[in-house]
Amino acid sequence: MKRLASTGFGTACVLFLQGCSGWQSALDPKGPAASELAWLIWFFTALCAVIWVLVMIALAAPLLMRPRTRSEPLALDAGADHRKLRVIVIAVGLTAAIVVGLTLLSFFANRTLAAIGSDAALTIRVTGHQWWWEVRYEDATPSRILTTANEIHIPAGEPVRLLLTSTDVIHSFWIPSLAGKLDLIPGHINVLDIRADKPGVYRGQCAEFCGAQHANMGTFIIAEPRAKFDAWWNDQLQPAGPPTNGEAKNGADLFLKRPCVMCHRIGGTPAGGTVAPDLTHVASRQTIAAGTLMMSRGNLAAWIADPQGVKPGSHMPVVELNGDELNAIVAYLEGLK
Amino acid sequence: MRPGTAMLLFALLTLAACQREERDTRPQNSLGSGEQPTPVTTLEPGGQRASASDNKAASFEANAFHLSEGKRLFSWFNCSGCHANGGGGMGPALMDQKWLYGSSIESIHATIRDGRPKGMPSFRDKIPDDQIWELAAFVRSLSGNAPSSAAPQRNDDMMPHPSENRLPDAATLGKSP
Repeated sequence: MKRLASTGFGTACVLFLQGCSGWQSALDPKGPAASELAWLIWFFTALCAVIWVLVMIALAAPLLMRPRTRSEPLALDAGADHRKLRVIVIAVGLTAAIVVGLTLLSFFANRTLAAIGSDAALTIRVTGHQWWWEVRYEDATPSRILTTANEIHIPAGEPVRLLLTSTDVIHSFWIPSLAGKLDLIPGHINVLDIRADKPGVYRGQCAEFCGAQHANMGTFIIAEPRAKFDAWWNDQLQPAGPPTNGEAKNGADLFLKRPCVMCHRIGGTPAGGTVAPDLTHVASRQTIAAGTLMMSRGNLAAWIADPQGVKPGSHMPVVELNGDELNAIVAYLEGLK
Repeated sequence: MRPGTAMLLFALLTLAACQREERDTRPQNSLGSGEQPTPVTTLEPGGQRASASDNKAASFEANAFHLSEGKRLFSWFNCSGCHANGGGGMGPALMDQKWLYGSSIESIHATIRDGRPKGMPSFRDKIPDDQIWELAAFVRSLSGNAPSSAAPQRNDDMMPHPSENRLPDAATLGKSP
């Protein structure tokens, strides 16, 4: 029975540890900033564990050891007092040296983090909203400025500078696999430099409680080879393609006639709202509602039909549509690749 | 009664104060469709026509959540483009005591939903009905017509006027009681 319990405990530990890998983990670094931080975490933990064990041994030893019999309890022993004082001085000195050493390590790690983006060629402005991320690619040519939402494509192996701000409350941008967290503050711009060493998809999460749907405020960094990234940027700059079939055409009309048009933008149509995610190429994204649902026709329909059921409290209102209207709008959005 | 029990009872009673309002984010069809006739003039044979009241009016008028949502939508939908934060510009001022079509929330709702002559556009089908009620409730608060316990508090950024919960009632402003 005891053996079974310990086996179960061991299995549970192994299962928990698996949570430390994957696309959102500070212990599974995929960039220089995260590697630096992961190394610090492991070194601090290991050193503190060793010190803790030594302290515990030092505390337990006198309890377990047989007391030395002394002939005269009140007799002074100058030599023993001197030895004790020496042990105390050495322990205090070691403690001070370790604390200073750890501080220096942390300082040099910070210097490394600050140097990552000093020559970043790409600047992306990330604006936090309740509860989604607005992503704007800055460019010297105004026609190349690109606004999208929730998914941040970056070229792999290159430093990228993120300018973080917010329009409503304080959010926090955290891609554990790539960098530490940094707050998005209304009226203030924080700068975070990141680099993804390899192509891949890294999940991020708002890390500062920001309201009812804080937990459903996810984001994705999609690191791609430079050529693929450039192609993606050029594709995203194109206006939305015209609806391909009759149902989608109805949907495009309904989109403009119904409340959708008040908040969302679709490039190439009169829909120009900027207070909600840009839908010009919504179907090219992998998720909807900031990582809440995977992109699919069914999920799009569910989100439009009852956003307050999927994400209660979100600013997407329930719009009353009949079945045909809902299908038409979904068919249109599904085609916005 | 023992002090411990008394304190527990007191703590439970104070919890009741946490219930400020219900946050209804789904449309409240059970309260009515929001459809009521839209009078375009206050001139009526035989005097003032009694304004039709709507069941939704009461549930939106003094609800802090709906008022703050209305404030957000007022800026999102660029009402300030014509009404300039309530001060008036191309459109009439909303923070004075003059009401061209009456000060009731039903009337303001009808104004936003169906539009009015000389420029106010109709937002029917463009704004869901409950959001129109939220806007109407907020517009009333601009002239001090919402309870200060429910009206929006100060902005986080620069404010064009005192926060809605500190605005004096425009109808009684400057008059002795």
